[in-house]
Amino acid sequence: MSKWAEPGVAALVIIALATPAFAEGYGLGRPATDAEIAAWDIDIRPDGQGLPEGQGTPLEGEEIYAGQCAVCHGDFGEGVDRWPILVGGFDTLTEDRPVKTIGSYWPFASTVWDYVHRAMPFGEAQSLSDDEVYAIVAYLLYMNDIIEDEEAVLSRETFADVEMPNADGFIPDDRPDMATLQQGEPCMRDCTDAPLKVIMRARVLDVTPEGE
Amino acid sequence: MTLSRRNLLAGAAGSAALATTVARADDPAITELPDWSVYLGDGVDAAPYGVPSEYEADAIRRDVPWLTADPVSSVNFTPLHKLEGIITPNGLCFERHHSGVAQIDPTEHRLMINGLVDKPLVFTMEDIRRFPRENRIYFLECAANTGMEWRGAQLNGCQFTHGMVHCVQYTGVPLRYLLEEAGVRTNAKWIMPEGADASAMTRSIPLEKALDDCMVAFAMNGEALRPEQGYPLRIVVPGWEGNMWVKWLRRIEVGDEPWHHREETSKYTDLLESGKARRFTWEMDVKSVITNPSPQAPITHGKGHTVLSGIAWSGRGTVERVDVSIDGGRNWTTARIDGPSHTKALHRFYHEFDWDGSPLLLQSRAIDSEGWVQPTKDALRAMRGTESIYHNNSIQTWHVRKGGEVENVEVG
Repeated sequence: MSKWAEPGVAALVIIALATPAFAEGYGLGRPATDAEIAAWDIDIRPDGQGLPEGQGTPLEGEEIYAGQCAVCHGDFGEGVDRWPILVGGFDTLTEDRPVKTIGSYWPFASTVWDYVHRAMPFGEAQSLSDDEVYAIVAYLLYMNDIIEDEEAVLSRETFADVEMPNADGFIPDDRPDMATLQQGEPCMRDCTDAPLKVIMRARVLDVTPEGE
Repeated sequence: MTLSRRNLLAGAAGSAALATTVARADDPAITELPDWSVYLGDGVDAAPYGVPSEYEADAIRRDVPWLTADPVSSVNFTPLHKLEGIITPNGLCFERHHSGVAQIDPTEHRLMINGLVDKPLVFTMEDIRRFPRENRIYFLECAANTGMEWRGAQLNGCQFTHGMVHCVQYTGVPLRYLLEEAGVRTNAKWIMPEGADASAMTRSIPLEKALDDCMVAFAMNGEALRPEQGYPLRIVVPGWEGNMWVKWLRRIEVGDEPWHHREETSKYTDLLESGKARRFTWEMDVKSVITNPSPQAPITHGKGHTVLSGIAWSGRGTVERVDVSIDGGRNWTTARIDGPSHTKALHRFYHEFDWDGSPLLLQSRAIDSEGWVQPTKDALRAMRGTESIYHNNSIQTWHVRKGGEVENVEVG
């Protein structure tokens, strides 16, 4: 650091060190070792940053999926009970009840790799090998018709070739999209022509838990 | 107490009977000595950590079992109708976790900062407590709060419609200090907090926000974080959706691109009628709700002077004003805000009025310091459709019946 080599500013530096939030810091913490960073730095990005060595095919993934995933997500990714549906739902995003799956909604395949690896199987997180994760991801993409060949090899090298159907389905946040005082004060008196009536009631649905 | 209609009606009838027949008799609560005025109570050694009165057993978090597949990856709700002021008691702050509550030994907890930094660092909890601390009061609202109400009135209680919000005083360290300690590189634009629990929760946060007002907090309301709120360490992201406030914080990576992880693609994106979805919808818009009366807190005193109470908040600043309507939004009166007004914190409002005993349609409408006005349900649906799930900040309507019973309704 060049400023330490300048005798003329040494006194100033010493004063500044005694001031909170000085850029030189507080001297707290210790350097992380390479092995420590490797142990925790598990995140994967859409550009492939973080993907490890390894590979898997849909065919290999089918067997792992049956043993590790199907109990909650169903044999065909259809979801058991209220566990997430993983497959299908194409062309439903504008429908009354959209079905948001890896195939119909997720914009990046890297997200599947990252999530399966960091949080699945539910209750046994980070227990899958890298090859197993590649295979499961390949099978999930295969079930969603994103990979067509059941023997296609998914690896760090081939990952960039995966094209997700809804990759262009997202837009930036364009809120606030509601009224502002700059458009005028909200109405305070006689804001409707007639007194309002109840048109829908929660009790009709009767889905509120009974309190104890 | 149950929430059933039968019991609420019976309770209201009982109050009326008291008013007409018993009121002039001598009150045994005064004329007869109760046990607590005669016998000795517990000593100071009976409750090393105090708990609420047994008569407050109804002030509890509740969940909605049909909402999710498993309580280990689910949510419960703050009993807003039982609370006062702006601070939520620690034991009543709603919980949302994705792989259960991690039980972490703080001596074995570490926070790592890595990625685009000059010096990847590891901090112990003791290290973090040696940075200068700050105390800040902020609300935390789940983006899915009120998410079950997009299609119409569904759940009967403000605990369920609005209870995924809480507000506490956090004690912690500005995140800026930790990042400066590691030395953020000039090409850095994002950070990614990550949890130590079995879901290893991650979100992408712009570096600008991280350096502005984010904190790493180790205490809430004067005591250590509760395990279900991220003990021993969580990130505080003021005004932004609760999912980003990663609990059990073990790592912060600094990067030049967002990560597009599961919780910011598959979840916490807001599907519009066009079939396109908004992403990175971080800020919580201005919102309010009347907590009393509400379906779980009916009017039991009959007609006469009545206190209406509620909470308001905005992720964009303070709440400047709350208007209240008792006729379904036809006429409005500005409510009285009482108590402290902190940016990105709950505000408490009151409206006192003389109830003539006729049915009411109660609404509240908040306006924040940026001038944004809480929209009606119809206005929000006209802009966004009904499939957004998240960011429903619309005006809530409660229908008060003659007997004081209250129901979640929509008006038109």
